[in-house]
Amino acid sequence: MIQLSKVLKRYSSEVSIGPVDLEIPSGGITALVGPNGAGKSTMLTMIGRLLGMDEGSITIAGYDVASTKSRDLATIVSILRQENHFITRLTVRQLVGFGRFPYSQGRLNRDDEAIISRYIDFLDLRELETRYLDELSGGQRQRAYVAMVLCQETDYVLLDEPLNNLDIAHSVTMMRHLRAAAAEFDRTIIVVLHDINFAAAYADYICAMKDGAIAEFGPPSAIMRDGVLSTLFNTDITVIPGPNGRPVAIYF
Amino acid sequence: MHTATLSTPTTTGADARGGERRSGSFATAAARRRYWVWVSCLIAGSLLLGFGLIAWANPMPLGTRGFWIIAQHRSLAVFVMALVALCQAMATVAFQTVTNNRILTPSIMGFESLYRAIQTTSVYLFGLAGLVSFTGLTAFVFQVGVMMGLACALYGWLLSGRYANLQVMLLIGVVIGGGLGSVSSFMQRLLTPSEFDVLSARMFGSVSNANPVYFPVAIPLIVIAGGVLWFTSRSLNTLSLGREAAINLGVPHRRMTIIVLIATSALIATSTALVGPLTFLGFLVATLAYQVADTYDHRYLFPVAALIGFVVLSAAYFVMNFIFYGSGVVSIIIELVGGTVFLIVIMKKGRL
Repeated sequence: MIQLSKVLKRYSSEVSIGPVDLEIPSGGITALVGPNGAGKSTMLTMIGRLLGMDEGSITIAGYDVASTKSRDLATIVSILRQENHFITRLTVRQLVGFGRFPYSQGRLNRDDEAIISRYIDFLDLRELETRYLDELSGGQRQRAYVAMVLCQETDYVLLDEPLNNLDIAHSVTMMRHLRAAAAEFDRTIIVVLHDINFAAAYADYICAMKDGAIAEFGPPSAIMRDGVLSTLFNTDITVIPGPNGRPVAIYF
Repeated sequence: MHTATLSTPTTTGADARGGERRSGSFATAAARRRYWVWVSCLIAGSLLLGFGLIAWANPMPLGTRGFWIIAQHRSLAVFVMALVALCQAMATVAFQTVTNNRILTPSIMGFESLYRAIQTTSVYLFGLAGLVSFTGLTAFVFQVGVMMGLACALYGWLLSGRYANLQVMLLIGVVIGGGLGSVSSFMQRLLTPSEFDVLSARMFGSVSNANPVYFPVAIPLIVIAGGVLWFTSRSLNTLSLGREAAINLGVPHRRMTIIVLIATSALIATSTALVGPLTFLGFLVATLAYQVADTYDHRYLFPVAALIGFVVLSAAYFVMNFIFYGSGVVSIIIELVGGTVFLIVIMKKGRL
């Protein structure tokens, strides 16, 4: 369980995120949705201790993010940002291997290698594992990054817009992988999504943010309503029943 | 643009599946082999050049007492080159990793301008006698102290504040360096020609500036700072993924950055106080090391960088001393030949 209490981040005297009180349950996928500038990424990076908060506290599985040692937190929560630029050239396997750093401190043993192989296979990267990242397509590279954070074997996985720049096929594959990871490895995955329909189709919970505050939190059935979505995005949105029982938002 | 790099891994994908799947510091077994071939060649080259510098054109016949006296004198210079190569190589590689930028070099942080300013000030204020007497252990410790003091103040102030920002820190370092450089050149204009002549000998990096009395301070400093970098090399590997990835992996990013920057400044300050400014050497050596080693792993990058540093430095000395008979100004050779080699390598590989 991730618990945020009165979390506040001030960017300037007018612009601030929070105060936010939120409880994200364990297990499954929670999607953070909302318009641009709502504070989704800010929230996520604060939970993932990449950004300090000005007030309030965040606990992940009972561990306070601000006071727990970074090294210990790295075995509880992992976070992947949107932009990843490395100055060194790495192969897929080398990158995924970095996910074991919190356990091995860089000295990979046989068990680590087996775990690395497992996640490479899980994300269908086996054929590509000796390729350099700069030789991969955007979708393949994104899968490699996700493999790295999964390889960290943390109960909580935070992903900042993992579908960014992915085409439909790659987006669907990525979400299916995340779904499978949540179920198979019993992970709690929190993911910032831009497409509300992806959230509706794959998430167990949707957390809707607007103007630096939590607007709604609940299962997709509670959020996928005309009134809720229209106010959230300031656009007329109609929700219709989708083909597989999941609702679909129409906003054209 | 990618065709050259795409062709390499296709063959290795197949044999990686055949054997046990392992992730190492090198992409392929061939890359590992190439690394060790390079290391052997560089060690051989270093030994050859080191021996050459000691024995070549020694006026006394081999084995006589006179030969050994000259050899001993020259081996001191070779030893200084090894120290300087180690300092410049490790410092530059580590600095580029923590700043996540492969175009910067630690000299940019105003170390060399500060060195020039100290030297110039001592002539300006105290005349030739001042400059000549400004040698020995005290002067050395003073210079290292001032350079490290500036660096630590800059790092501490900028990285521990609320608006901790590495880019701003670098910019301020560059601005301070530029300012000190201008002050030095202004003072140099007011010197007499003879004073300027003596001063300019110190403005170029040269191993003949080094004095064995510096060693009791210089060597422990280099050992400690180099040791710190060596033992943090696994963490440095994660720092090369950038701040956010490093924090995600549980590396205390800010603390690591400050530790590495302080170790780096100790190495560069020692090297500069020992022989004078060698701006381009570290950059050249680090860039060549990335090309040669072809790994992200600092445990492999550091030795290769240091070896390349020694080969470049001693080769430059060899050429200067025994071909052009113009000892002293090796930085000219390093910049000319090294720069050309650097451009060729970059053009050929197409990446930093």
